[in-house]
Amino acid sequence: MARDETFVIVGAGQAGGRAAEAMRAVGFAGRVVLIGEEPSLPYERPPLSKAVLTGDRPASTVELLPPGFYAQKGIEALTGTRVEEIDAAARTARLSSGRTLGFTKLLLATGGRVRTLPFALPGMPGIFYLRTLAESLALGAALRKAKRLVVIGGGFLGLEVAASARKLGLAVTLLELKPHLLDRAMAPEIAHFIAEIHRRKGVELHLGANVIGIAGKEKLAAVELAQGTRVDADLAVVAVGIAPNSELAAAAGATIGNGIVVDEFGRTSLPDIYAAGDVADHPNPILGHRLRLESWQNAQNQAIAAARAMCGVGTPYAEVPWFWSDQYEFNIQMVGAPLKTDEIVVRGEPASGRFLCFNLAGNVVVGATAFNMGGEIRFARKLVELKARVERRILSDGTKKLRDVVAALSPSPA
Amino acid sequence: MAWHVAARADEVPENEVIGVVVDGEPVALYKLGGVLYATSNVCTHEFALLSDGYVEGDCIECPLHQARFHIATGEVRAAPASEPIKTFPVKSEGGQILIELPEV
Repeated sequence: MARDETFVIVGAGQAGGRAAEAMRAVGFAGRVVLIGEEPSLPYERPPLSKAVLTGDRPASTVELLPPGFYAQKGIEALTGTRVEEIDAAARTARLSSGRTLGFTKLLLATGGRVRTLPFALPGMPGIFYLRTLAESLALGAALRKAKRLVVIGGGFLGLEVAASARKLGLAVTLLELKPHLLDRAMAPEIAHFIAEIHRRKGVELHLGANVIGIAGKEKLAAVELAQGTRVDADLAVVAVGIAPNSELAAAAGATIGNGIVVDEFGRTSLPDIYAAGDVADHPNPILGHRLRLESWQNAQNQAIAAARAMCGVGTPYAEVPWFWSDQYEFNIQMVGAPLKTDEIVVRGEPASGRFLCFNLAGNVVVGATAFNMGGEIRFARKLVELKARVERRILSDGTKKLRDVVAALSPSPA
Repeated sequence: MAWHVAARADEVPENEVIGVVVDGEPVALYKLGGVLYATSNVCTHEFALLSDGYVEGDCIECPLHQARFHIATGEVRAAPASEPIKTFPVKSEGGQILIELPEV
């Protein structure tokens, strides 16, 4: 590989950082330039709604790679820098610093930005959003001074913030527009278990709650619902999802779908321009359809796959989607595509706090959710990978090891 | 350094892991290809017992977030962990498994 090549990575989150690392790991000897808008080097976001938010973990522990890594590997990290424009034909990127950078290949790892509510915008008194480390630290400081929190949005982020706030002793009300929590992520029958956990922990849940405004000028007083009710609050956290940052790619002429459209090697419709992570609308050969994932696994592994492809040693990215969330003492892990579900089979006793839910489509296992049974997730993943047909009585029988169920299906276990 | 009894020799099945507490230290004991290994039983990423996880080849996978460590050396083999786990000298004597812990 030629030393005179320049690979530019736009976006210095988990995807960007892992891509840079992977380029060096496979021996790419050219220039690697990693460009990010945030002031910090790449860090991991999962703790921002949990241990960093509660103050149990210092901010310094979220760094993706050890200090000195970038210098040691000859990776030029430009923080606090935005890429304003990409000229795909000339192969140049114009930076907010005024510089123009030429590239041989470029990876878009631009991630997403929070969706906002027009009446509760970032920066308004008592209104918080959570995406960045700075936002996590600011919210954590505010939570420690507040008594009543309203969380708007019952997705994973909203639920994790609610759990963290309960841990800090706040009264928490969570408002979700849909009739179920986690509407975009899981089947209602499984989301129901999570709702029960939060109710037991003292969170006041309002499902089907349509938030239409806020009250309070100098400081927040309440959140207003369409039903005419008001929920008093010192703070409100808005967690209503993210939108992919695909504008830069669109302006450069790349095909956009639900994010930047890429193939299984991370290639966009533009030559030598790749995309990975939260922003990438990519095919999943195991599931048999395209999707855009906002997960730690995808940010890391799809970025590595794209980086390797850029270096000429690519293999198609094909993993069963996997996701985790930590709320209170519950570690919740999901594999597969649990939305396409005809039936849920429960294994174990939900009241015990340790159980598994399988999602069946027809007779095929298409997904699973584990509550405090992460050790079983690898076997559940195998069932999804194999598109296994397992009798319901076997799936629900917690006395048999899942490992043996998998072993009976395939010649080599797990 | 001192040797401590950690378990009976027959308590660790082949290609499996068990969790024990030795002198206050949570320890994971493994047997791979007939050879015993001992590591700290706590993941370096977030609190979880590795003995609740899964032995895959020569690695142990954490049940919480699927970080993976090389059993013989403690090295990280898969994120999200970045710090290695401690390993301890281990031997089998008179039907017992002994591990060597630093003196406190």
